Amino acid sequence: MITLSQFDLLIASTLVLLLALISMRMRTGITGQLVIAAIRTALQLTLIGLVLKTLFANVQLGWVALLSLFMLLIAGREVMVRQERRFRGWWGYAVGTFSMFLSSFAVTIFALIAILGNDPWYAPQYAIPLLGMMLGNTMSGIAIAMDRLTHAAWEQRNQIEARLMLGERWDTAISEYRRQAVRSGLIPIINAMAAAGVVSLPGMMTGQILAGAAPVEAVKYQILIMFLVSAGTGLGTLAAVSIGARHLFDKRQRLCLDRLRER
Amino acid sequence: MSKAPPLLQIKELARPMLGPVNLSVNAGECLCITGPSGGGKSLLLRAIADLDPHAGEVLLDGIPAQDVEPEQWRRQVGLLPPESSWWLPQPGDHFHNGMPVSLEQLGLADSILQQPVSRLSSGERQRLALLRLLANQPGVLLLDEPTANLDPDNTQRVERVIADYLDRYRAAVIWVSHDRSQVQRVASRHLELDHGAFRDQAVELHT
Repeated sequence: MITLSQFDLLIASTLVLLLALISMRMRTGITGQLVIAAIRTALQLTLIGLVLKTLFANVQLGWVALLSLFMLLIAGREVMVRQERRFRGWWGYAVGTFSMFLSSFAVTIFALIAILGNDPWYAPQYAIPLLGMMLGNTMSGIAIAMDRLTHAAWEQRNQIEARLMLGERWDTAISEYRRQAVRSGLIPIINAMAAAGVVSLPGMMTGQILAGAAPVEAVKYQILIMFLVSAGTGLGTLAAVSIGARHLFDKRQRLCLDRLRER
Repeated sequence: MSKAPPLLQIKELARPMLGPVNLSVNAGECLCITGPSGGGKSLLLRAIADLDPHAGEVLLDGIPAQDVEPEQWRRQVGLLPPESSWWLPQPGDHFHNGMPVSLEQLGLADSILQQPVSRLSSGERQRLALLRLLANQPGVLLLDEPTANLDPDNTQRVERVIADYLDRYRAAVIWVSHDRSQVQRVASRHLELDHGAFRDQAVELHT
């Protein structure tokens, strides 16, 4: 493996600086954001590198759990802000975070114990990157699906209520929008699986190969990750959409759009 | 002979912008409600159908709404909104229970059930929506301007169909209308709702 020096990264950063200069010249109005994002990447990744280094040095379930929780809470916030018409109050945060917790943690723990079989099973070298990839993908799936669901409920309220008026149950009245929401949450990962290796070389696999791993071994890991991620995203999306759809109605099966935030 | 209890009873029904309202409607009765826009007519109908949270009680045949499953309640107390909604491609796809009234009685051809909903006029949709509601055979009809999009001939057809339905099923109707002459034709009782309260002038019309 070719080890990168700080100087190597500095050279790479000049490319970003060049882009920043050009975009400043063109008055794109995005130079500031670009530079800040680049600095954030460097800082955040350096920080997580140090955290992982410390974590690898003292392997303790407590520390792994703490970092996992931290990652979950950040991802939960991300899911929340990506929805235009999210639920009001703590529900807006809880639906996504809880669903991510259910799916990402369950699938990650399953993979660690049943597939990787490391000792201890929570070895951070495997647990943290796996969970990170799970959360990252599940997060997008849930955010897209919930946004779609709440949007549809708002836009199609007349239709949903017309079905209630005719004596349909809440779950029948919203079934079509629930299906659409789940579908749109799953499309990105399905596309990623379909294009993997043909159109795109997934980042994880590329990283492993760059770091010197045998391509065939890297590919096996990538397939594992793809399967885990699709299962996790699917389960998380299903959970979030189910909980969300129920919360759009009250006990008397009335459509409660006042539970959604105004734009 | 003891007097039959009212089919629909509304006790102290209240929600923001409305009430408290007390009201009884007997089987076979057609209660017309008029009043300015924003006076609370639609809010009242939605509350009776239990589509919005409200205080107070609504009873059908002496049984409070809370004691009935919501979907069951709404099948019994059927609300027809001013604008109809359709979620399947053809109107015929929305009918599962058969039809208590023929299409012909509403001035519609049988072939209309196989036409795309998007190609129907608002008046055709309005009449089909009434038919769809009647297919549930509700005991109480809550009609929110059911003839707003109709020409005089079809308005008359709809009025006749509803009157027949009332007779045949001993149902009750609360009919929101803006049309004074229609109220004269169909109402057995008439109330005016303004600022969320009934004006104190229950007018007994023909029986």
